[in-house]
Amino acid sequence: MLDVKKIRNDFPALHQEVHGRDLVYFDNAATSMKPAEVIDTLREVYSKRNSNVHRGIHYLSMRMTEEYEAARRRVMRFINASSEREIIFTGGTTASINTIAYSFGEEFIKSGDEIIVSAMEHHSNLVPWQLIARRKGAKLRVIPMNDRGELLIQSLDELISDKTRIIAVNHVSNALGTINPVKEIITKAHDRDIPVLVDGAQAIPHGNVDVQELDCDFYAFSGHKVYGPNGIGVLYGKEEWLEKLPPWQGGGDMVKRVSYEETSYADLPLKFEAGTANYPGAIALATALDYISSLGIANIAAYEKELLDYANHRLGEIGGLKIYGEAENKISIISFQLEGIHESDAGMVLDKMGIALRTGTHCAEPVMTAFGIKGILRASMVFYNNMEEIDRLADALKKLKQMFG
Amino acid sequence: MTIKEAQEQIIEEFEVYEDWMDRYNYLIELSGEMEAMDEKFKTNEYLIEGCQSRLWLHAEMQGEKIIFTADSDAIITRGIVALLTGLLSGRTPEEVKDADLFFIDRIGLKENLSPTRANGLLAIIKQMKLYALAYYAKQQ
Repeated sequence: MLDVKKIRNDFPALHQEVHGRDLVYFDNAATSMKPAEVIDTLREVYSKRNSNVHRGIHYLSMRMTEEYEAARRRVMRFINASSEREIIFTGGTTASINTIAYSFGEEFIKSGDEIIVSAMEHHSNLVPWQLIARRKGAKLRVIPMNDRGELLIQSLDELISDKTRIIAVNHVSNALGTINPVKEIITKAHDRDIPVLVDGAQAIPHGNVDVQELDCDFYAFSGHKVYGPNGIGVLYGKEEWLEKLPPWQGGGDMVKRVSYEETSYADLPLKFEAGTANYPGAIALATALDYISSLGIANIAAYEKELLDYANHRLGEIGGLKIYGEAENKISIISFQLEGIHESDAGMVLDKMGIALRTGTHCAEPVMTAFGIKGILRASMVFYNNMEEIDRLADALKKLKQMFG
Repeated sequence: MTIKEAQEQIIEEFEVYEDWMDRYNYLIELSGEMEAMDEKFKTNEYLIEGCQSRLWLHAEMQGEKIIFTADSDAIITRGIVALLTGLLSGRTPEEVKDADLFFIDRIGLKENLSPTRANGLLAIIKQMKLYALAYYAKQQ
């Protein structure tokens, strides 16, 4: 059981007024608020321990290097990777996916090949693959979904062919909240020796992710969506794959020896970490992961399920409200439209009522197109939200209907 | 009435409403009163880019005056657009191009005009000014 009242006090940004009302923050899928521990970690790293990592024999640098590598091990344990060589710190999910799209694409994708994505990808797990497909003359194929927002996994049997080089799929849809059966996808792919990249940006904050149990080949996520800082992300890759791939970006830290004739690359994971590492971000991300571990991922998931059920119940009372994404298996995201009310109008008025949620296409335009809509409102709730906030949203939506009715 | 005087009148009307809710309700009302745009102009050619809602603007010269018609599929945006066309349509290109639109700040809609707000109001004002500039240049 979570003590939500106590937990809310860990997040300073939750306690503020917006347009004269107590803030209701339902835009967590865009970015989460940060617990004081994470903010304090950043402040302490910069104010007391700052020094560049992996170079210099002086005291601060050595200590910071140790701390950075300890952060890597903390991330490794969090997702149960088998080695710290499999954990690469990046700038975020987008950077992680682009790294693999480029690196894997350069080495293994050629003209006529195919890349499989799903019908509910965020642009960040779609456009990088389009770019490599265009560069190589490869083709994108798409796993379709049903009108509840669930992937039609059976269609993979037809989509996968001798031309398929990689499958890139999100673990949880940012627009619909669907938890996709990635394990099943991975099993089907591995039957044909095809690697799978999982975009875990929306999954990591909400449930237990065990990369060995999933058996995924690559897993990407961001720090800022999981209560950590911005500008830090993780790319997990199986060691055997990362060894086979060429580096993406060149620079300092990722090399062993450099001359004008020949340069040899550093061992994993540094091969993929060109330039000065974001060590404060990595350390604060580890703090965030420890924070949610201390609450208990299972407790978080159970409470967020309660939030989702209650939100479904309260929003379900509102006539003319249509929910998009009704998968059996979903996280605490409700995407919806109010009949006859433009989401931009609704968003503006809700903002004035102190309610922060996302409106628009959610960086997933093909998902909107599939449902034949231009945009939606999305309330994304996490463990520090409460039932009273859902009541405020429901009441606000009723008021909205009167205004525009 | 000059553009300046017309803006002062709008400000006066809005000052009656102290609550933002009443202001929005007033914009909804204005939206309902605005003359419908000719459907044939609701095409991509007249679409203002960069808005979450769709927003169309058409301009033509009638005699010495520039006539704006506009529409949006979002009601509040349409209400603000109604204010803008009411203010600037039927003016000379020179008046439009030189107009200082201070009323937006004064009626508490400034945040809707921030470049980071994806409702395109900044874009529509820019487009109206561009039309005015082009017609003005032609007149010279």
